[in-house]
Amino acid sequence: MTTVSIKGLWVCRAEHAVLEDINLELEPSDFLGLIGPNGGGKSTLLKVMLGLIKPDRGEIKIFGLTPEAARGRVGYMPQKTMFDQSFPVKVQDVVLMGRYSRIGLFHRYGPEDRAAARRALEAVKMDDRAEREIGALSGGEQQRVFVARSLVSDPELLLLDEPTAGVDSAQQTEFYDLLSHLNHDLGIAIVMVSHDVTAISKYVSKIACLNQRLYYHGSKEITNEDIEKAYGCPVEMIAHGTPHRVLREHD
Amino acid sequence: MIELQLDFFQYDFMRTALAAGLAASVLCGIIGIYVILNKIVFISDGIAHAAFGGIGLGYFLGFDPLVFGIGSAILTALGIGVISHRARVSEDTAIGVFMATGMALGVMLLTLSQGYARDLYGYLFGNILAVTGSDVLMISILTAIILVLVYLLYKEFLILSFDPIYGEAIGLPVQGLRLLLLTMVAFSVVVLIKIVGIIMVIALLTIPGAISRQHMKGLPAIMAGSIFLGAVFVTIGLLISYMLDVPSGATIILTAALVFFLSTIASR
Repeated sequence: MTTVSIKGLWVCRAEHAVLEDINLELEPSDFLGLIGPNGGGKSTLLKVMLGLIKPDRGEIKIFGLTPEAARGRVGYMPQKTMFDQSFPVKVQDVVLMGRYSRIGLFHRYGPEDRAAARRALEAVKMDDRAEREIGALSGGEQQRVFVARSLVSDPELLLLDEPTAGVDSAQQTEFYDLLSHLNHDLGIAIVMVSHDVTAISKYVSKIACLNQRLYYHGSKEITNEDIEKAYGCPVEMIAHGTPHRVLREHD
Repeated sequence: MIELQLDFFQYDFMRTALAAGLAASVLCGIIGIYVILNKIVFISDGIAHAAFGGIGLGYFLGFDPLVFGIGSAILTALGIGVISHRARVSEDTAIGVFMATGMALGVMLLTLSQGYARDLYGYLFGNILAVTGSDVLMISILTAIILVLVYLLYKEFLILSFDPIYGEAIGLPVQGLRLLLLTMVAFSVVVLIKIVGIIMVIALLTIPGAISRQHMKGLPAIMAGSIFLGAVFVTIGLLISYMLDVPSGATIILTAALVFFLSTIASR
């Protein structure tokens, strides 16, 4: 079953196209890096996949279902979670929030949910922090907790919106290793929006470039031309040489 | 002193006042925490002031002012919730307008209803000694309803308070919950008006929670601590106001404020 299937999708706002004729197919083992300039529609595309924004034209299926119907099987981590650092809530209770999409309104968390929260915290190696208050953790640890929150519903697809914003570079490397582990060993498909082209080229299996239109060839390669079109500036500014070029060396 | 305390409980109106104050403490303890965590202190204050318009209308038409107060508080709460969602008018501007309009309407209508000057003072500054048995019943029913709602929607309100953007993304009815929370605030605020008055409502709604947060860990413990503190403030405030013959609302708030400052200094 195709994980994500988007065909000829358009989203318009105030008679302005935000997303234009998007086509995208993802398989269960894919790790897609989504790059593109600010305002290029990256967050919008994630929201369409979550069923929060309805496309004006075109079709989107997640696991062959509508995005709303598939929501329980999708994990989501929003762009830098802004919260009151002194908010009185334990790490395990933050993670449990992710079970909402499974259990719904009014129902209380049961033993099964708590077990899932423990597993999710183990997966991000934060199980020893379960009883701590969220604000007592470092930025990188908090990001791990939010990944655990998106994992706790046992998703088959993870949508991450700039997950490493505000995390220092040492913790970023650990974070990307964690994502690789989730993708390779647990078989979770991942779509990650990022500005960090260097990191993306190292960890992801496919790259797409979005600026209203999606430049994507089902591989890790994108052409000079794609990036120039998407960003509207010369390639050198994006793929500034070694050591981690997005692009193959051209003759 | 002991003599005075016994004396204090001999009077029916004192017992009624205390009952109303204790029931209100439960309400404040729970809703106050959500007001603090959701940073809707200004909205809550706006709702309290706007309720005055309804109270004035109730008087003018000769109906129960409190019922009209609740009505206008809820309308204001929903009005602010909807306006801020549409985002043409910013939320704090909307609150400012509702707040002043409500107060102006209240003053106008109360003045037009001859002979209620003393009641005007009571609504502005509170008069817990004027609370009736049926008021206590109403406060208790409201408290019970809100306890049930918070019990049923505890995890939903936690997500709403902590991270509404994420809540929306996982399908939580964020807007509906926010309006429900504002409605519960509206109910609480009108109840508290009876006790400490419109001007000081916000203090009783936020001070016990703010102190409790400095010392307790975890939401249920903070709520419990907040309820306890509210009850202590109401009881001590009532006692002092009785002994010194000073206004009850102001005494309750000053007691709470004093403890707040001491607690803030101590927890630094």
